[in-house]
Amino acid sequence: MKTVFSYLSSYKARMAFGLFLKAVGTFAELVLPLIMAYMIDDVAPTQNALALSLWGAAMLVCAVAALVGNVTANRMASRVARDTTTRLRNDLFAKILSLSARQIDEVTLPSLVSRLSSDTYNVHNMIGMMQRLGIRAPILLVGGVALTFTVDPVLALVLLFTVPVLTIIVVFVSKRGIGLYTRLQRSVDSMVRKVRDDYTGIRVIKALSKTEYESETFRKINEEVVANETKAGVTMGVTNPLMNAVLNLGMAAVIFVGAYRVSAGRVKVGDIIAFTSYFTIILNAVISVSRIFVNFSKGGASAKRIGAILELPRDLIPVPEEKKAEDDAFIRFDHVSFSYNGAPALTDISFSLKKGESLGVIGATGCGKSTLVALLLRFYDVDKGKITIDGKDVRAYGAELCEKFGVVFQSDFLMAASVKENIGFERELTDEQIERAAEYAKADKFIRAHEGYEGMLTARGANFSGGQKQRLLIARALASSPEILVLDDSSSALDYKTDAQLRKTLLQNLPETTIIMIAQRISSVKFADKILVLDGGKAVGLGSDEELMRTCEVYRRIYASQHEGGEAYDGI
Amino acid sequence: MTEFKKPRMSRASRKAVIARLARYYARYKFSVLAALILMIGSNLFALLGPYLTGKAIDAIDLQSGVDFAAVTRYCVWMAIFYVVSSIFSYVLSVLMIRLSQKIVRSMRQDVFDKILSLPVGALDRLQAGDLINRISYDIDTVNASLSNDILQAATGIITIVGTLVGMALTSLPLLGVFIVTVPISVFIAIKRSKAVRPLFRKRSQKLAELNGFSEEMLSGLKTIRAYGREKEILDKFRKKNEEAANAYYDADYLGSLIGPSVNFVNNLGTVLISTGGVFFYLFNLISIGDISAFLLYARKFSGPVNEYANILGEIQSALAAAERVFRLLDGESEKADDPDAVVLEETEGKLRFENVSFSYDGETPVIENLSFTANPGQVVAIVGPTGAGKTTLVNLMMRFYDVTDGKIELDGTDIRRYTRKSLRAAFTMVLQDTWLFEDTIFENIAYGKENATAEEVERAAEGAHIAEYIRSLPDGYKTAITDGGVNLSKGQKQLMTIARAMLSPAKMLILDEATSNVDTRTEILIRDAMNNLMRGRTSFVIAHRLTTVRNADLILVVKDGNIVERGKHEELLEKGGFYAEIYSAQFQ
Repeated sequence: MKTVFSYLSSYKARMAFGLFLKAVGTFAELVLPLIMAYMIDDVAPTQNALALSLWGAAMLVCAVAALVGNVTANRMASRVARDTTTRLRNDLFAKILSLSARQIDEVTLPSLVSRLSSDTYNVHNMIGMMQRLGIRAPILLVGGVALTFTVDPVLALVLLFTVPVLTIIVVFVSKRGIGLYTRLQRSVDSMVRKVRDDYTGIRVIKALSKTEYESETFRKINEEVVANETKAGVTMGVTNPLMNAVLNLGMAAVIFVGAYRVSAGRVKVGDIIAFTSYFTIILNAVISVSRIFVNFSKGGASAKRIGAILELPRDLIPVPEEKKAEDDAFIRFDHVSFSYNGAPALTDISFSLKKGESLGVIGATGCGKSTLVALLLRFYDVDKGKITIDGKDVRAYGAELCEKFGVVFQSDFLMAASVKENIGFERELTDEQIERAAEYAKADKFIRAHEGYEGMLTARGANFSGGQKQRLLIARALASSPEILVLDDSSSALDYKTDAQLRKTLLQNLPETTIIMIAQRISSVKFADKILVLDGGKAVGLGSDEELMRTCEVYRRIYASQHEGGEAYDGI
Repeated sequence: MTEFKKPRMSRASRKAVIARLARYYARYKFSVLAALILMIGSNLFALLGPYLTGKAIDAIDLQSGVDFAAVTRYCVWMAIFYVVSSIFSYVLSVLMIRLSQKIVRSMRQDVFDKILSLPVGALDRLQAGDLINRISYDIDTVNASLSNDILQAATGIITIVGTLVGMALTSLPLLGVFIVTVPISVFIAIKRSKAVRPLFRKRSQKLAELNGFSEEMLSGLKTIRAYGREKEILDKFRKKNEEAANAYYDADYLGSLIGPSVNFVNNLGTVLISTGGVFFYLFNLISIGDISAFLLYARKFSGPVNEYANILGEIQSALAAAERVFRLLDGESEKADDPDAVVLEETEGKLRFENVSFSYDGETPVIENLSFTANPGQVVAIVGPTGAGKTTLVNLMMRFYDVTDGKIELDGTDIRRYTRKSLRAAFTMVLQDTWLFEDTIFENIAYGKENATAEEVERAAEGAHIAEYIRSLPDGYKTAITDGGVNLSKGQKQLMTIARAMLSPAKMLILDEATSNVDTRTEILIRDAMNNLMRGRTSFVIAHRLTTVRNADLILVVKDGNIVERGKHEELLEKGGFYAEIYSAQFQ
């Protein structure tokens, strides 16, 4: 929270001036009923029309001052809120981009998204409201009560008595309300879940003739939502009538007590009228204060969540290496071990690749194939051992590390943007480079058949088939002619023919490129110079297809399952 | 945001929507009537307050001294009226909440039942998010508006008229002075609806854009990092952020005028009434009590005028939301069964396609003149590239759609002669998207058969090779399947749905083999489980596995929506056509 508030400090002067204007405007408003009482009680009996007009004019001046002061202050507040939030949001986004994979795993992506959207929004609201109401409401409340005391302490006590009652009502009801609304939200969540479940499972539901059963299940959830919402509404609905009742009863009491005070000559009639005006002002102030509390607790929680991210230490800083070792291998894994939060993912992996060589990685889901890539790109640091590229430890590289790579991850990311933008991916690439990459990736034909390179993708590329998406991604990876090409399970949706053609093209056209190909199908990695067989995070085989068929039991088993019965061949 | 893009509703459709909403309310005539009475009562009592205040103050301000009896009387009456008014208004709000919740409940149920009754194809074209929006957000909007806004609008009208009458009765000359503020109030109201509302709409649109952008980019964080594009993406973000912040500010800039202006009008009223009032008082045109009553009326008056613009806007968006809900409700449901359709009691499982043609849109044929026969216990494999129309065949068999031409016969009878429910009950299915819902493992498997016993469920799990795993869980069959709960692998989910299908006594099976992303051991389990499942059933398999295809009694090769080849594995290989081509491709 401190971190977030430190953003406000550069606007101290502006905020102070705004708050000053606000205070002036608010006081001007508070004075109005006093002047009115004075006019009725003291000016009117003198029958002095001029004085009366002058006091009327004074009231008008106060009203205008209140208007101008408040509007100007509000606008200044909005500007401070805008500037603070803009900077805060930019910094937060930049910070998120710089977080390490481990830090992101800890916070989780959905949480980062909500911090960036709803939390910054809450903070924006809070900063604005704090300035607009934060000073106004207390002045109205305290000032209003104080001024009434100067008029008549006894009547003021009557009025003052209603304030705690009002406060208790507000606090009590909103406290209960929060619990009720949380419960309501939970039941709404389960309703949404039901709709989503049945939407995805509609075929099964119909096939099993379960529509009536589902309708009945929904009815129950619906009942619960309705019951919760009714309860919350009925509870919260009590506030307004109750507050009105208290306020108006207080007013009746003021008049009643006032009658005795007038009779005793302690107050004048105008004062009673002034009191009725202060009643309204104070009621509104109490409502405002309760709103401030809600807003502030919401905004404060959000500020804390944002601050927590901004305060995360910088991870994965490049570590300078004394000397670059001479190495005939281009990529080398040297006894690498790695674990996610204590659960070992890779154990003692060693292999080396020369420039232009290719590596196939194969094994069941969860055997550590993708972790291998994450380590190579230094998304994580190894626990033990060392990974070098061109003789240099990956930990010693800065931003230039990723310039060596073209990568396609498993179910990788496509943007709602044009085909060209998706392949170019914010790099300075020529149209020729992009189109050539698409050609190599066997994507050129369908791109042109679709809407060409300017054609738009919908979010996550939903308007392209799985195989087409994978080819667009491969084109992206190829477009900058990288030294190292990493394809992580990125041709699984292609039929065998296209898959085979793609591999052929890559080998023919990119002889200099070192290729790392991760796959489930043996036919996809068979071509590679070396194949690494992973099982439970350990290397159980390393060699060519031929060698592995001779020496590696796991490899043979996978081969058998894919070729003698268990083959998953998507094309057919 | 969708609302932003759409043109305004036409007058006719608005009328239709209102009429339809009114029908929902018409079911609760009595409640509506009671609400109406309560509302009028509550407001009238509240309006009597200022009058009594004035009277009481006049009773204090007597030359002859204070008339305590009168003051007490008026104060007691005031207290009573205000309390009664508050009680009325609370009862009213409870009544309205209950009423609107009843309507919400039936609207929601209507929408949900509609979702279940839509043809599968129509549902596919809708997005889950869209449906959820309509069933929760839209319906909520409609009702918040109906229960709140209409009440407020009506209250507002009563208050405006009532306070004007009250002011006129109190003092006509003072009303003449006060009336000056009315144009200002109206001006603010118009300003709010004309200038501020579009700015607020733009503000939420820009914010939605920004949030959409950040969500999208964060989902691609790994890729952005791998390509080292952080700076470029950050620049884009900055731009969007600035736009959003400025839109927010623009709305605030004008919006910040509203609050103080409303206060100003109130204050101006106070100024005019007290100055004017005291003048009139000097000329004995008015009493002090009248000034007081007038002030209170004036404060009440400006509230609803200011709210009016807001309420109108809300009602408009509620009508738009209602229209979206009704449009969904108006979607065509699955056609009703033939009136003389019979219930399919028992079947051998002999399915025949006879010259079947089909087209989704009535123009582009998806299937043309297809005939084949599947005998009881046979396996029909359907193969072809993704998107070639394999699921269309399934849709026709289960009557998610009806054939355009020709017929499908089950045991020699046209399947359209059977009720849909009984026909579908003759099938069991396992689909590629393993569908499990949030409940226990037991419930998920038992879903396949009505009143399945524990024994049956366990037997099915056994046959699907998942029993061992389930027993290894601490809660066994009672383990809940949730997002946060037990973490089932893809393969285990697949086995679970196979168990569910196995429970069904249906004679025919539709199987969509998954492109498996599972390890070798699970793969073998799944294959074996599927073989168990096919035993004794006429099976239609959207095939991805070699064994299935090799052993199939009939292979249908689908390409671009047409059956291009058919026959047994060896025959097709010999033919050297499309099948042979895709088959050999994998051994390149």
